[in-house]
Amino acid sequence: MRKERDRGLTQFWRTLDERIDDPSFREHLYNEFPSQIEAITDPVARRTFLKLMGASLALAGVTACTKQPAETIVPYVKQPEELIPGQPLFYATSMPLGGVVTGLLVESHEGRPTKIEGNPLHPGSLGATDVFAQAAILGLYDPDRSQTLTNLGEIRPWSSFLGAINAALTAQKPLKGAGLRLLTESVSSPTLAAQIRELLTRFPSMKWHQWDPASRDNARAGSKLAFGEYVDAQYRFEQADVIVSLDADFLGAGPGGLHYARQFAARRRPENADRMNRLYAIESMPTSTGARADHRLPMRPGGIEGLAWLLAAGVGVARARAGLGAAAQDAVPTGEAVRGGAVQSHLGAETMRKWIAAVTRDLQAHRGSSLVIAGDGQPPAVHALAHAMNQALGNVGKTVLYTDTAEAEPINQLESIRDLVADMNAGSVDLLVIVGGNPVYSAPADFKFAEAMSKVQLRAHLSLYDDETSALCHWQIPEAHFLEAWSDGRAFDGTTSIVQPLIAPLYGGKSAHEVLAAMSERPERSGHDIVRDFWSASNRTLPASEFESVWRRWLHDGVMPNTAFTPRSVEVAQSAISSPKFALPQTGLEIAFRNDPSVLDGRYSNNGWLQELPKPITRLTWDNAVIASPATAKALMATESPSFQGGEHGQIITDVVELRFRGRSVKGALFAVAGHPDDCVTVHLGYGRSRGGRVAAGAGFNANAIRTSDALSFGGGVDVILTGEKFSLACTQYHHLMEGRGLVRAVTRDEYLHDPKSAHEGPGMEPPPPKTLTMYPEVKYDGYKWGMAIDVNSCIGCNACVVGCQSENNIPVVGKEQVLRGREMHWLRVDTYYRGDAVNPETYFQPVPCMQCENAPCEVVCPVGATTHSHEGLNDMVYNRCVGTRYCSDNCPYKVRRFNFLLYQDFDTPALKLGRNPDVTVRSRGVMEKCTYCVQRINAAKIESEKGDRAVRDGEIKTACEQACHADAIVFGNLNDPNSRVAKLQGELRNYALLAELNTRPRTTYLAAIRNVNPELGE
Amino acid sequence: MSQIFHRSANTIARVSIFGAVFFIAGLLGLFAQVNRSPWVTDVNVAREQPIQFSHERHVAGNGIDCRYCHTSVEDSSFAGIPPTKTCMNCHSQIFANSPFLEPVRDSFRTGRSIEWTRVHDLPDFVYFNHSIHVNKGVGCTTCHGQVDRMPLMWQEKSLQMEWCLDCHRSPERYVRPRADVFRVDYQAPANQLELGRRLVAEYQIQKLTSCSTCHR
Repeated sequence: MRKERDRGLTQFWRTLDERIDDPSFREHLYNEFPSQIEAITDPVARRTFLKLMGASLALAGVTACTKQPAETIVPYVKQPEELIPGQPLFYATSMPLGGVVTGLLVESHEGRPTKIEGNPLHPGSLGATDVFAQAAILGLYDPDRSQTLTNLGEIRPWSSFLGAINAALTAQKPLKGAGLRLLTESVSSPTLAAQIRELLTRFPSMKWHQWDPASRDNARAGSKLAFGEYVDAQYRFEQADVIVSLDADFLGAGPGGLHYARQFAARRRPENADRMNRLYAIESMPTSTGARADHRLPMRPGGIEGLAWLLAAGVGVARARAGLGAAAQDAVPTGEAVRGGAVQSHLGAETMRKWIAAVTRDLQAHRGSSLVIAGDGQPPAVHALAHAMNQALGNVGKTVLYTDTAEAEPINQLESIRDLVADMNAGSVDLLVIVGGNPVYSAPADFKFAEAMSKVQLRAHLSLYDDETSALCHWQIPEAHFLEAWSDGRAFDGTTSIVQPLIAPLYGGKSAHEVLAAMSERPERSGHDIVRDFWSASNRTLPASEFESVWRRWLHDGVMPNTAFTPRSVEVAQSAISSPKFALPQTGLEIAFRNDPSVLDGRYSNNGWLQELPKPITRLTWDNAVIASPATAKALMATESPSFQGGEHGQIITDVVELRFRGRSVKGALFAVAGHPDDCVTVHLGYGRSRGGRVAAGAGFNANAIRTSDALSFGGGVDVILTGEKFSLACTQYHHLMEGRGLVRAVTRDEYLHDPKSAHEGPGMEPPPPKTLTMYPEVKYDGYKWGMAIDVNSCIGCNACVVGCQSENNIPVVGKEQVLRGREMHWLRVDTYYRGDAVNPETYFQPVPCMQCENAPCEVVCPVGATTHSHEGLNDMVYNRCVGTRYCSDNCPYKVRRFNFLLYQDFDTPALKLGRNPDVTVRSRGVMEKCTYCVQRINAAKIESEKGDRAVRDGEIKTACEQACHADAIVFGNLNDPNSRVAKLQGELRNYALLAELNTRPRTTYLAAIRNVNPELGE
Repeated sequence: MSQIFHRSANTIARVSIFGAVFFIAGLLGLFAQVNRSPWVTDVNVAREQPIQFSHERHVAGNGIDCRYCHTSVEDSSFAGIPPTKTCMNCHSQIFANSPFLEPVRDSFRTGRSIEWTRVHDLPDFVYFNHSIHVNKGVGCTTCHGQVDRMPLMWQEKSLQMEWCLDCHRSPERYVRPRADVFRVDYQAPANQLELGRRLVAEYQIQKLTSCSTCHR
């Protein structure tokens, strides 16, 4: 059986070693418990083990002999109106990040926010959330947050800060604020902008600087270059038939990402197969967007501009054709233009020529319904070219709209911080107030921000953590989390919403509004008054009584109606497209800097949920790495040998390399990723924090140390030197390998249209055996029959479902050392599969929760009946019965059960207790756990429906993963209701069950992916 | 060679083999009885409270409905313990100066909650919901006993899983008409089984014995 599978193994693969099919790797793979082999053959260790086990078994039962201690009930003195103890309340608020806000609904249990969901009314959310919003709950309760206001490390009251700032401002008064500098992150709050402008009128000579590594400096500069002013581009994916991404990860990150992912996925459903969009992605570091692309072209980031020129010339941007000269006079670039150095790729000139020709033709065939998007990592010129292409293709007003910016005051942030550093070095800054952000850590290395800042007489820093910047400031002010403070902000489309606090500041934090107020003439105003007064002043036409009801409506809905921007008409300036710049000269390797998909620029470094989250594509946890293509990694003489020290093939031991770039150097672990372009390495920011908190400490290396102002996104000429040291990376991609079965299925659109069942043909895809071929008793499910359908075609691998599940189900963080042993606790994992060669493979994501098998192999092997079958078909897990034999996990073919090897939960830290879901047991050591289909939500909905003497409606129960999903890839419901969404999806012909040949009859099934391949480019 | 053991050893061996069976069975029986006894379950043990609150006085004496204080019993998993404000609704007028009520007035003045001792304490891995039980015709007194006869509150039932399952397996033995759920003087009629079966059908009461009904 195994031999047969091996021969059929070629189609899909998960790891490079599997692809290479090294015999020693296979041996490791089939070795189920590699870590224990030595222990068993060693007689002394075995004896000791048995002795210890015997003793602990004998004593284990005694621990149950305790009486429950008496508990108290503490009622309210005056119960708040509308609060029913035991019933959660939901409040609308919004989360600011990178210059835009995303609308949220936050679940609150007796005043404690416990779970974050998206606000369906908010255009930036549409009911979905990203990983950062999901993890914000843990960020709120983080015990490492800065908890006291300090001056030079000593605790001070707020009034003493007010005194100090007032004295400093009084000294600035005669100078009109010439020595005053304010440094903020990108500001989307109209109220904060108004406060700053008021400050600017009081101190006309002061300067306001902005530096926000999470926002999009290149996109801003690109719009300034193209249009001569700052505008935001908004995309209409529902109108777009052909999409070209120039290193843009529009599905994975950035403003409006949730909105775009949903629109994008809606155009890829097979019922609209004739209207299916086609995505071409040209990218360096593989991303979610590239994975979902129908055609992906890996290119070094520096080469993408050249390709953009050729595309622009091809689709008729006149200036681009003129700029390119003879090379691009044909509608389709000749082989010469490509070979002549215009565009280089390791895929070879012929592939490139074919690619460019095909994309150009496809774009031209879809004038008005195509879309070109430039990525945040690409220089302004590429953004200008993308704008010009959209204009030339007649897409403006159809698939792309230009509006005012969501940011209150867009500026070129690189220049802004450069100015600030120059002023500080010149000694002309007396008072520097930093509102949010961590510039000492994140500013370009060549600016030597810390050194410059030391020349400022008085420095104050408002931040959530006592971080690298706080350490060098006189005053450190604990910042109120967005769930603790009043504010406001604009969504990517301009829709305004109020940021409403869910809880009073846990650590006496202050908001940016309150710090700005401290610098105004009315220093003691509360955040609520500041925000509310701003909006009542902007709605002066409304009488006071009416404003109150309008205000309440805004707070209730989480959006202000009709505040989205109206599209503007702008023209791309001819001068924007001047001289073509092609691939960077080849001196050494190229290096690209990216925000980390989990911790971003380091602002979420201390969030355990995000640190332990396997990053999309790389599946790394707890570290960043020097990412290169397999060929480049090999050329660097590095070996990537998976070492199986822990169960489930946990750790990768890899080489440490030194990156030398522009006279600076940093050491990091080298990691090969399929689909990464050759001769180029990608490093992610946000790691190597020196003062990030206990969770961030020791994770990864600081890529900011070599990131300079002339190569913020990428640059040529990095030297990668092998150090000879080794490093263990906790990569979950090696856990739960598939051994050649048809777990993920994909076909092209044409194949699907020809035969919708064609996805199920191929090696490793055995048809399910007859239903009667089982020893399990036949069970009839009369009432509800819960099931789930997961669309592999829609999943973008963003991980929002994983963090949503973690938050909903009180799943602990285990730490890197435990992940190395394959003991991560996520109930839901997102497996990444590849097809094709390692240079440019197709990529698929497959979320794997518990399958809730009808013939569940786990249930029959439990000696204590701790996992049983419910009458609705759920595999119930009874923690209080579990004695931890782990037989169920051994017998689970899907490897979805998780065992608490140690006491992973933090039972002691008071702050963390507040954030847990009170409807789910907090599991202790020695207990097996797994996905329950969010049975607490099922029960709550059933109780509500029964009280109303009705059945549960379709869509009434949303599992946490389903609710977080941007792309509507997960659908849960009642299979006994033929009209339910899940029953319809499971009735589709591309529906299939994992390992159906085992006759487990899983309730969770999958829908095969469909790729809309351009016939010109073929497979 | 003489015998090592005396002849009587045979008898002793037989008796002790049989005896051991009875001894172990007895031990298990004892353990089961102890586990069901008030020593473990606290059944019928009146609890000391910070205030000598009498359900007997308030329910039987004054005829106050359960829901006047336990407001969320029909809507929430938690029946609700009244806030101090509820006590003060009456006690700002009645017995306004009683020394027994000083903790109540103190709580109201200072804003510090009264800390009651929990009488009915389910294990933390059990998720019980009051609202669905009262909506399906399970009366308050079915589980809590005749609180109108309890000067200090005690637990009437064991709250052990076998007790829960007893009703979950055959609800017809316990359910009553919805209108009578909050009546403390309700007595099950002679034809309870017949009435119960009718109500089970009418209220669509399911016999939920899946683990995840209560444990999750």
